[in-house]
Amino acid sequence: MKNVLVNLEHISKSYDGQMVLDDLNLYIRENEFLTLLGPSGCGKTTTLRILGGFETPDKGRVVFEGADITNLPPNKRQLNTVFQKYALFTHMNIAENIAFGLKIKNKSKAYIDDKIKYALKLVNLDGFEKRMPNSLSGGQQQRIAIARAIVNEPKLLLLDEPLGALDLKLRQDMQYELIRLKNELGITFIYVTHDQEEALTMSDTIVVMNQGYIQQIGTPERIYNEPENAFVADFIGESNIIGATMIEDRLVEILGARFACVDEGFGRNKPVDVVIRPEDVELTKNPADGTIQGVVSHVIFKGVHYEMEVQANGFEWLVHSTGMFPVGTNVGIKVDPFNIQIMNKPESEDEEAVGVNE
Amino acid sequence: MIKTTAQRIYVALIFIFLYAPIATLIVLSFNASKTRSKWGGFTFKWYASLFEDEKILQALGNTLLIAFLSASIATVIGTIACIAMQNMKRKSRTIIMGITNIPMLNAEIVTGISLMLLFIILGFKFGFMTILLAHITFNIPYVILSVMPRMKQLNPSTYEAALDLGASHTQAFFKVVFPDILPGIVSGFIMAFTMSLDDFVITHFTKGAGIDTLSTKIYTEVRKGIKPEMYALSTIIFVTVLILLLLVNYAPKKKQDTAAVK
Repeated sequence: MKNVLVNLEHISKSYDGQMVLDDLNLYIRENEFLTLLGPSGCGKTTTLRILGGFETPDKGRVVFEGADITNLPPNKRQLNTVFQKYALFTHMNIAENIAFGLKIKNKSKAYIDDKIKYALKLVNLDGFEKRMPNSLSGGQQQRIAIARAIVNEPKLLLLDEPLGALDLKLRQDMQYELIRLKNELGITFIYVTHDQEEALTMSDTIVVMNQGYIQQIGTPERIYNEPENAFVADFIGESNIIGATMIEDRLVEILGARFACVDEGFGRNKPVDVVIRPEDVELTKNPADGTIQGVVSHVIFKGVHYEMEVQANGFEWLVHSTGMFPVGTNVGIKVDPFNIQIMNKPESEDEEAVGVNE
Repeated sequence: MIKTTAQRIYVALIFIFLYAPIATLIVLSFNASKTRSKWGGFTFKWYASLFEDEKILQALGNTLLIAFLSASIATVIGTIACIAMQNMKRKSRTIIMGITNIPMLNAEIVTGISLMLLFIILGFKFGFMTILLAHITFNIPYVILSVMPRMKQLNPSTYEAALDLGASHTQAFFKVVFPDILPGIVSGFIMAFTMSLDDFVITHFTKGAGIDTLSTKIYTEVRKGIKPEMYALSTIIFVTVLILLLLVNYAPKKKQDTAAVK
């Protein structure tokens, strides 16, 4: 297990009486790519700004390599930020932009020139030294913003939705670039986004947040396959979330039909939520082969797969499949026990927000 | 075709109405004859005698010094005010912005008399200092008016980015924010300088005896009977203000172009 680089301990923050973060605890390991994922207003950007030193938490401590840096100003922290709208200095050329941090630290001219060359090579923009920021495309400006941050050799790089303003193709290219950069530089990345696909592609660890609380922390596979509550399941990818009853260990009753599953320890006859991913729902040609029976009500061709909606026992099942059944077909629905994810049912809205912190 | 000709005539008429008085003044300043009704040939003699008049040169000196000092001080105060307003919440910023706009719309005579009364109550001795204070006061709103839009265009993250890269607050301001708002500051300064240069009403009420600026000097001279030197002087003031206004309008744009080419 790698060393812990940053520790956020019991962080609370509110603006004008509005609670943004409530007793948040999180640690980040060295050389980890950690993503804070959540809808707008979930507290992810505030968490990043507290790390960067632009906000001071009302309560709690930020510990960086064992030292308390809660009240250290941003210019004294060994970390750098890549801002959402690039924040390049428009009156300086690219070389001057990249040299900014190094000049402040009074590095020698030879050292600075070397670093500029190295950084531009790293982000694939050799020869851009004399260009002005406004003459660059959005993707290029973003690369310069990253170059400007990493020449300072930070231990931790904070990225605030850096790809939000780019178009889809460019965004996908930049995702691979970021993974490559992280591996080449060996620094820790903390990445903020509301885009679940971005989070799943790049992260070592994803922290799903909602309303100031951490909902779940885990690897992308774990977050996707075993969401701990309905919020996480719904936010990450598409899913069928159905109210159900846990009859006993490894047996759950969904919409009146009994399904085998692999979860244990929820008790007997306990109300729960189940999550079934659309690609895990199997349709059978012969309705009798399925656990429950339904009628296809909607079909859309999505390229990689067909997206179908199946009416069965009063619920509209979302199904992704490469095989197509025309609208009106009677089908059976089967789900592999391994693909049924059982979650505790929240009893109130408050509890829903608190999730795993409870 | 007819429509465009009509449009042109209409525009020409507007310009004639606007500039006919000034054109008359400029023509008369070069008139060798002392009477207004007769053209006595072209001459520079009124300009020459103007620059021999000790008192007028003294007034010119006062005018330029007050314009320069009041514009400089107002620029510093106004810019600092803009920084503060930028960091306010939207609601209080709108209120403060409204308050700073009022002196610009207020009748000059009201501003002049209020300043005079204030100086009397505070027991100030009327003279150079009271004129300077008055000019700084009415110049600040013009600086704010010119700097604030630049300030709003700033990406707030650039300041934070500078801090993030290790700059202190002072460094971040002078290296990153200042260059971006500089065109606004320059045009604010020139605007303030122009306003101070041609102010008469407020200066008249706050100057006291024994000191004159060009505008008050012209006023006293004209009361004694109009001398052709005054036409020459007015022409110079008009041309100076015109040049400054052209500078305000074209200087910032030019600057951006060269920056992009570099």
